[in-house]
Amino acid sequence: MNWSVPSPRAVGRRAAAAVMTALLLLAVAGSACPADISLDQRRSGYADLGRDSKAMQDDDSINPATLWVLDGEALWNQRAGAANRACADCHDDATTSMKGVAARYPAFSPARNGPIDLEQRINLCRTERQQAMPLPFESRDLLALTAYVGRQSRGMAIAEASGEQLAPFIEAGRKLFTRRLGQINLSCAQCHDDNWGKHIASSLIPQGHPTGYPIYRLEWQSLGSLQRRLRNCMIGMRAEPYEYGALENVTMELFLMWRARGLKIETPAVRP
Amino acid sequence: MARPLINVPAKVKRGQAFEIKTLISHVMETGYRYSTTGARIPRDILTLFSCSYNGEEIFRAELYPAIAANPFIAFFTVATESGTLEFKWTGDNGFSETATAKIAVE
Repeated sequence: MNWSVPSPRAVGRRAAAAVMTALLLLAVAGSACPADISLDQRRSGYADLGRDSKAMQDDDSINPATLWVLDGEALWNQRAGAANRACADCHDDATTSMKGVAARYPAFSPARNGPIDLEQRINLCRTERQQAMPLPFESRDLLALTAYVGRQSRGMAIAEASGEQLAPFIEAGRKLFTRRLGQINLSCAQCHDDNWGKHIASSLIPQGHPTGYPIYRLEWQSLGSLQRRLRNCMIGMRAEPYEYGALENVTMELFLMWRARGLKIETPAVRP
Repeated sequence: MARPLINVPAKVKRGQAFEIKTLISHVMETGYRYSTTGARIPRDILTLFSCSYNGEEIFRAELYPAIAANPFIAFFTVATESGTLEFKWTGDNGFSETATAKIAVE
């Protein structure tokens, strides 16, 4: 039974292999400053979908997210709050008034003195204009309204966030994106800038562009927001996720939209 | 909020096969999961889908816990006369939802 006792030479080889691995890891860790993906190399996660998932996203009558979009349309026209006003009473027809809105969010809110995302914008309207209770993050109604508003921008290019007010937040978002976090000690950029197109186990690493939020994620069997996706990634890194609505989350959303500028909105997209 | 989506052609040729696509909002909770407090989440699924054409059943599907949320069911049929398709979903906790679609045969 000598198979369990490795020969001294084998041990030596293994030690050499371990040293090589360590050196390789050091080399990877050494490239501490990940480069942005060049503009012409950027691709939506759609490009990496399987044939069935693509078909699901392409056809509204198959895409389960349509169920939320239709709910959103109903909510748009439904009166709410002490003001007894519907979204449509101020904004009229969403198919014209909401065109392009999702392509330029998160946007700067003077009231918050910082960026707010589309969900927060909808809730601001609810509390200030409708005098209604804000909808909880990830609630069906908030996802439905966001999907309905987002749907009106489908096919439009993501606007480049700019301006003096947003610039520091975009920079802060970049810092969060490149900062190592959690027990696994990874940054977002290490996967999505440096190693996109490769695999973690069997899962393809996408570039991570938020082109289709809220998305219908097959794993969730439900629609979900970008914040939910970010929190998911952070749990995967074994880091403590930021709370829903936290400035860190919105700042990252803003940076990701800036990073995806020019790509087409696909809302509501389907992802695995 | 469970509004089903039905996709059928408005006009079909007599005797020619055509596709019917349906999508309905439903959580399809398996009954095998536990909440964060350890309590079992009770089963809540659709159990039966049926489609009838002018009152006659033409398609039926039994659904089980392994079927994903928001079930999408598509099938083919042939029509020989104009009429109305009636769809019915039933499930746990007294769930019942219906939808109709008209088809003109030419």
